[in-house]
Amino acid sequence: MEIKAGSRLACPECSVELVVVRPPSTAVVLTCGGAELVEAGADRPGGGHADASGEGTLVGKRYADEDTGLEVLCAKPGPGELAADGRAVPIKGAKPLPSSD
Amino acid sequence: MNLSLLLEMAASTLDDRTAVVSGDVALSYAELDAAARRVAGKLVEDGANGLIYCGTNDASFPIALFGSAYAGVPFIPMNYRLGDEQLAPLVQANPGCMVVAEEGGVAGADPAATVDRRRLVEASFAAAGDVELPPFVDPDDVAVVLYTSGTSGTPKAALLRHRHLTAYVIGTVEFASADPADAALVTVPPYHIAGMANLLSNLYAGRRIVYLDAFDPQVWLDTIRAEGVTQAMVVPTMLARVVAHLDGKPADVPTLRTLSYGGARMPLPVLERALELFEGTGFVNAYGLTETSSTIALLGPDDHAAAFAGDPEAKVRLGSVGKVLPGIEVEVRDELDQPMPVGEPGLVFLRGEQISGEYDQGSVVDAEGWFPTKDRGWIDAEGYLFIEGRADDTIIRGGENIAPAEIEDVLVRHDAIADAVVVGVPDEEWGQRIAAAVVLEEGTALSAEELQAYCREHLRSSKTPEIVVFRDELPRTPTGKLLRRQVVADLSA
Repeated sequence: MEIKAGSRLACPECSVELVVVRPPSTAVVLTCGGAELVEAGADRPGGGHADASGEGTLVGKRYADEDTGLEVLCAKPGPGELAADGRAVPIKGAKPLPSSD
Repeated sequence: MNLSLLLEMAASTLDDRTAVVSGDVALSYAELDAAARRVAGKLVEDGANGLIYCGTNDASFPIALFGSAYAGVPFIPMNYRLGDEQLAPLVQANPGCMVVAEEGGVAGADPAATVDRRRLVEASFAAAGDVELPPFVDPDDVAVVLYTSGTSGTPKAALLRHRHLTAYVIGTVEFASADPADAALVTVPPYHIAGMANLLSNLYAGRRIVYLDAFDPQVWLDTIRAEGVTQAMVVPTMLARVVAHLDGKPADVPTLRTLSYGGARMPLPVLERALELFEGTGFVNAYGLTETSSTIALLGPDDHAAAFAGDPEAKVRLGSVGKVLPGIEVEVRDELDQPMPVGEPGLVFLRGEQISGEYDQGSVVDAEGWFPTKDRGWIDAEGYLFIEGRADDTIIRGGENIAPAEIEDVLVRHDAIADAVVVGVPDEEWGQRIAAAVVLEEGTALSAEELQAYCREHLRSSKTPEIVVFRDELPRTPTGKLLRRQVVADLSA
């Protein structure tokens, strides 16, 4: 599946939904709890993940894959964890800034 | 990313937390989201090309903004204070838009396409639910059209795409990080980039947004106390009015953790007095332009506190706009586009994901992505950015470049001077001569000769104003920017 900027992806097995902030430089398979993500609006059986013991994917956090430049924002949280071609996708650390607004 | 996602996430996570308060209207995140979707439904149903917002600071502002985002059409805020002859051409330049207005409508707008601002909060507004909203809005679509303040010419329509504004918000704000009791007081107008950025950041952080329709120093202080406001943003003229109103008394606003300021240059004497009166409040100076989706550099509370404590380096940096945000690159160049060494002034260029640099007439960003701000400034050895002012305002006297701000800073430090502007007026011999228009503090007296002697003492004689006039007030935009062209016209006459 092509991952383009702005598109919304959903986990077929859990509640995770993502928005693509930056598309990957090369084709990559993005999974959540091992299940390949689908386009939001597609069929989602929702069977859950076999291993849901981690911290899951957290709403409002950005996840970035260094190898491909892929960056997503979690719009809906869930127990599944993200991986790109099998590599765990870590939270992109944000440096807290004083409020300017 | 689409702007509407910011609200969608906040609504699904924060649900019944209060999102916005204005007058006797209070909307939760879920209610704001529902109201925005109703507006979106109406926009889609009507086939509107955009939404012109010509109203005050009010709950209807976020409803209209996010309604436009959900519908995938541009949100176009306009200054409701403009006269009919200025407003009508702007409205007519955007045909086919829904117009949200105060009672009485807007000059140049089709009454049939005009909606009273107050109706947007009503559940009866538009038949929601039956209209399908676009499932995908391209991040490259225009989200907001903002008219720049036009201090150096006629207003230009700056285009901010969804990707610019969302890059700013998700790059600088931690989602839902605010304490449920946190509240932000907003007095900057909706047609100003600071008003836009304010709304997006506070909403994404999960802060209750409290709108004040018209600025009054006592009402502003009372509202902070009554609502337990934790952050507020002001333009320099507002802070100057608060400081004058306090007249040496402490501000007594214990809940206010952060007071940020921006939108125009802050006179140092005002800032220093404010630091004294707002004990326990952290100050933040934010610098940015409409074309950069708001803030690109910050001087934070620690820098302000160090300056207040008397650290000489920090005192100098109080005149800076701080360091650029992560993800923003800055370069200072000379007139021939060559990078300037540290500490040398030149033209400020910026690059980053939140920077648009685009107008309805085209983009001014170069092939490498650099945006020429047309501001003059320099960067010190530690990376602090100092902004002198608009390059167009630089006075060139006998080949010497003189920044008006340097002279103005000296003038406003004089006890008898309340406000001052320095401009170059055409001169056959020198190219330009330095002219100052000065507003005196009430009950004080100062002659032009005394003022010139004071300047010679603190500046080189080539930077001493040759023409000095006294005025009752200086022409400024509502956000406090000096209208230098008017002063030049006045002094050249």
